[in-house]
Amino acid sequence: MIANLIFKNKPQTTTSSLKQHELAKFAAISDTWWDSEGPFKPLHVMNPTRIAFIRSTLCRHFSKDPNCARPFEGLKIVDVGCGGGILSEPLARMGAAVTGVDAVEKNINVARLHADLDPETSTIEYCCTTAEKLVEEQRKFDAVIALEVIEHVAAPAEFCKSLAALAYPGGATVLSTINRSMKAYATAIVAAEYLLHWLPKGTHQWSSFLTPEELVLILQRASINVKEMAGFVYSPLTGRWSLSDDISVNFIAFGTKDGQ
Amino acid sequence: MNRVIARKVVPTYHQIFKLSRKQFCSDEAAKSSAAAASSQFNQESDANLSLTGNVQPYDIAIVGGGMVGMALACSLATTPLTKHLRVAIIDSSPALANKPCIKREDPPDPRVSTVTPATISFFKDTGAWQYVQQHRHAYFDKMQVWDYTSLGYTKYDARDVDKEVLGCVVENKVLHSSLLSRIEDTDFQKTIYHSRLTSMSLHPSSSSIVVDSTAPTEASYARGRLAKLELSDGNSLYAKLVVGSDGGKSQVRELAGFKTTGWKYSQNAVICTVEHSVENYCAWQRFLPAGPIALLPIGDKFSNIVWTMNPEESSDFKSVKEDDFVKAVNHALDYGYGPHPKSSLQGSAGMFSWLRGNVTILANESFEIPPKVVKLASERMAFPLSLMHANEYASKRVVLIGDAAHTVHPLAGQGVNLGFGDAFALSRIIAEGIAVGMDIGEVSLLKKYEAERKLANMTMMAILDGFQKAYSIDFGPLNILRAAAFHGAHFISPLKRSIISYASGEQRLPLFY
Repeated sequence: MIANLIFKNKPQTTTSSLKQHELAKFAAISDTWWDSEGPFKPLHVMNPTRIAFIRSTLCRHFSKDPNCARPFEGLKIVDVGCGGGILSEPLARMGAAVTGVDAVEKNINVARLHADLDPETSTIEYCCTTAEKLVEEQRKFDAVIALEVIEHVAAPAEFCKSLAALAYPGGATVLSTINRSMKAYATAIVAAEYLLHWLPKGTHQWSSFLTPEELVLILQRASINVKEMAGFVYSPLTGRWSLSDDISVNFIAFGTKDGQ
Repeated sequence: MNRVIARKVVPTYHQIFKLSRKQFCSDEAAKSSAAAASSQFNQESDANLSLTGNVQPYDIAIVGGGMVGMALACSLATTPLTKHLRVAIIDSSPALANKPCIKREDPPDPRVSTVTPATISFFKDTGAWQYVQQHRHAYFDKMQVWDYTSLGYTKYDARDVDKEVLGCVVENKVLHSSLLSRIEDTDFQKTIYHSRLTSMSLHPSSSSIVVDSTAPTEASYARGRLAKLELSDGNSLYAKLVVGSDGGKSQVRELAGFKTTGWKYSQNAVICTVEHSVENYCAWQRFLPAGPIALLPIGDKFSNIVWTMNPEESSDFKSVKEDDFVKAVNHALDYGYGPHPKSSLQGSAGMFSWLRGNVTILANESFEIPPKVVKLASERMAFPLSLMHANEYASKRVVLIGDAAHTVHPLAGQGVNLGFGDAFALSRIIAEGIAVGMDIGEVSLLKKYEAERKLANMTMMAILDGFQKAYSIDFGPLNILRAAAFHGAHFISPLKRSIISYASGEQRLPLFY
């Protein structure tokens, strides 16, 4: 969700300028992460649908029982671009050992404070860092998840390589983002930001969106094979999101990393 | 805003702390006086923490362990996604204190419920129905409804809707103990507090989010976002979700500040158990000038009477001699207040032939007289009727089910079925929330339950209230319209089907069938 900077071997101070404005944008509204009626309302509404996809794909991949309350027991999961922790907390309640990272320190503070309020989520490890830094630290996870992040990063291909490097061989990766389609421009930017004011204006840059084909390709180059993909569609009638095979706007991909 | 005195009995120090503080039920109030309250609040929590040592919060606190509250507990206990939840049940009634002991030879209790096929299938899903079947219960597959003007009558048959039964009449204590027995079969972690709720604070977070560095980590969540309940026996507990299943005078509803809409009918219901000389297999309902009388089979030649009348009459009927009461009942179910409806074929030939089309009246659809009552088999009880609906069922960390959310006119015995519907819907929505790792007290989750049940409950309330109103007025033209409605329902089979479907809990919206 939050800008995740790609440093390309340069010192932090010089390169962060590239997407510095992305960081500033999110820092400004970080206090409102847990206000389900606030600026992040669309994410709160969409969250159960994203998690339903993650639950079913990870349960299948790791042969976990989808009918139990904590199917992710025993899995180490990293939530890259965790924001205020609205994905990290559900993952922890589902039994995973979660590490949440975000480049915005304010987000990490909000996430940590909020997670401490529930014993089930107080075990989450939150760090103000980036995927690249974690790679440098040689951290490894069973599953690497980055939802609504890749459209905010400067170098998506490099970012995917970092995600791949964080997963154990045979581990899982889940990414979600917005398609660079005309329909996405109309709904995700014009409607969501300008007409409905669901998102602050300027949240998304259409040109930095990736098409599903591009995402599959750059993941493949990072040795992640996309196994499943689904679209999210919004029903204005019920006000809910549901999974569908329509990937023309919001979509989510599940892939596995090569290796034994 | 009520002022409470919190008393903490401290076993280790043999001291009693008396701390008073204001009880806040609304966010604004909590914020505005946060500074003033926080120091006292923290102090109290710490005392509670360090001295009682029992701070593990519950996932759910069910306030009111009656039929609907226990149905929720039973459903949670038998659903894979929710069976791990730690549940506290708060109820001071003796029904929960003693092991249920129901003797078959006891005469039936007058407190019975007519459970619909939908409720029966919920009970079967949870595995509680097998216990109901071990006790007295009576299925019925026919229902005859008629009125005193002799203009209309209608008969419902389970076969019209491809069902084996229209419903089953079961004593409330049987339903309750069956749910309890089913919970005992599981290793569900429930704690029963034989006590009453005295105060509830739902939003202590705004004053205590600033974590005191010296406090143990558990304290932050205990003081944080959870609901805190204080009980009349001095216990207090924390829960992620508080469920108010504490009936029409719900304390949870009051403490949560939910407003209600409703009115009293100037009617009382007299209920009792009666005995016949033959077994009764049909449900009977006749509309009389002052309200309907219903005769429901409960098995073993017993039936249950629910007789709605004006309050003065009800006190008379409650106190008259047994023989006179039996005579009055038989009168009301036969020739009292008006003649039998004429045979449908002749009676409606002129006025309603255009409605009838080519439908042939089957022999079993002809009017029947209910079996005679020979004696009274229980005490007579009278209670006033009212309609009440909570404007909201849910807010953060608190949700209402059953009579706490709505009480209806007992016309079709729908009240408890709506309550069971609430309990099972809430259990399913909690499971859905757990499946996606949600905090079960989250308002967005609870509002899903509210949206689903409000629609079902309000539709039923409107139908029953409309029926009640239509039958409260004894006015010629209206009687004919009413009769026409009956005949319409009788002859137009899709409509009739949808009315039964709805009364048997199958259909959500009969109006858009």
